[in-house]
Amino acid sequence: MDRPVAAGAAANGHAQVNGHGAEIVLAAAEGPAPRGSSWGLPGRLAGALAGQVTRRIPPADLDERDPDYIRERLPGFWLLASLWFRGEVRGLGNVPEKGGVLLVGNHSGGNLTPDTLVFTLAFSTYFGVERPFYQLAHNLVMSMPGLSSLRRFGTVAASPANARKALSAGAAVLVYPGGDHEVHRPSWEGNRVNFDGRKGFIRLALDQDVPIVPVVSVGGQETALFLTRGEGLSKLLGLDRLLRLKVLPISLAIPWGMNVGDMLGHVPLPAKITIEALPPIDLRAEFGPDPDVDEVYAHVMRVMQDTLDALAAERRLPVLG
Amino acid sequence: MRVAAEIDVSAPAEAVWAYVADPGRYLHFMSGITRWEVIDGRATGLGARYRMLLRVGSAEIGGVIEVVEHRENCDMAWTSVTGVDQRGRWRLRERPGGQTHVELRLQYGVAGAGPLGWLSEQFAAPTVRGHLRRSLQQLKRQVEHEQLRVAAAARREARAGAG
Repeated sequence: MDRPVAAGAAANGHAQVNGHGAEIVLAAAEGPAPRGSSWGLPGRLAGALAGQVTRRIPPADLDERDPDYIRERLPGFWLLASLWFRGEVRGLGNVPEKGGVLLVGNHSGGNLTPDTLVFTLAFSTYFGVERPFYQLAHNLVMSMPGLSSLRRFGTVAASPANARKALSAGAAVLVYPGGDHEVHRPSWEGNRVNFDGRKGFIRLALDQDVPIVPVVSVGGQETALFLTRGEGLSKLLGLDRLLRLKVLPISLAIPWGMNVGDMLGHVPLPAKITIEALPPIDLRAEFGPDPDVDEVYAHVMRVMQDTLDALAAERRLPVLG
Repeated sequence: MRVAAEIDVSAPAEAVWAYVADPGRYLHFMSGITRWEVIDGRATGLGARYRMLLRVGSAEIGGVIEVVEHRENCDMAWTSVTGVDQRGRWRLRERPGGQTHVELRLQYGVAGAGPLGWLSEQFAAPTVRGHLRRSLQQLKRQVEHEQLRVAAAARREARAGAG
């Protein structure tokens, strides 16, 4: 069994690469309200909640991934991806057949992310469930009751340690650097890649000497009408410090109508999801032995945005695609 | 789920067999197939293994398959080693008049997938059946064109010899 890396990292206050809120400096701590808090009872309650969340984060154990379990659930995924989202995934032949690879995607769709579903299905059927494939997810996702089965799919709490462990084991790792910032962007910014300047994935790829494969998706931000990230609201309520939630999104979504926080999810509109995996980027081959992180970041953003523009140009109508 | 398609090809069984036994031709006549590659070095015959993928809905579905029956000019059957459970068969039978009846069968599913597995098989069936039907039509066209090309070449050779 692996030691509880995520909790250890949290205790040390390390930066985290996050699948659903990438590279966030850990401010959340176990126990009661933050030191120096003058919030009284609400602050202590919120602190206790934060402690609960932190305690519920499962220790990262790559062996929890269960290929048979994934295989038996692929038909359900296929139904949802094919009939509801009319998913289309291109370019999987660009993903190296063997060895560690960092799949870097743009993320859309609020707390229910259809791009992850469609891509996980396509990857698992293309390469087979036998190929180790992990997805990094926000601590809050990993600690939610009823979502423990995600671990059997290969979803692990996002941390550099977990990502390093998976990559060094030769696995494919899917990370969404834009995380919660990107996934809750307003719908009218749906065709914009927005990693919020998070570059931890590049350092990770360099450390592990693995190629980056950009994975670009379109359509996810049409599954509801996303109005605002609600960053100010999150700050006002202290959620950024207590739960590492920098956003408190507001959207119009089925069945809630006005949907604040999207904590209970929503019924996504049947927007067509198109995903394209781009040719791998070997950082040292393309940018020299000691690549400049900013230069690599600009390159990755450019190729992803160009692809997203092309995918968006193919769409004739919102939702229908 | 079991789906099948059949067709009559105006060519001897050997000519059809030359296509179905050659993994290099599959991408040219099999509809929906995105990959059909030899693994482990053995290209054809009993025990040959291929990695194949068939586009159905949102995914390319398949895996590693192994040839478990190989009767020249007659039958070739395979089963899955990894990926979706499947069993397929080419069945060639000669008919009078130089025709060959070709049947392509495919059984597929995911054991243990429960009701959603059954449902996905039903929804996938029309697509898979369409792929099989189009594959046979393309096979027929290619084999018959090849027959015509060979016959024309023989006529040309005969004319050149007579001249």
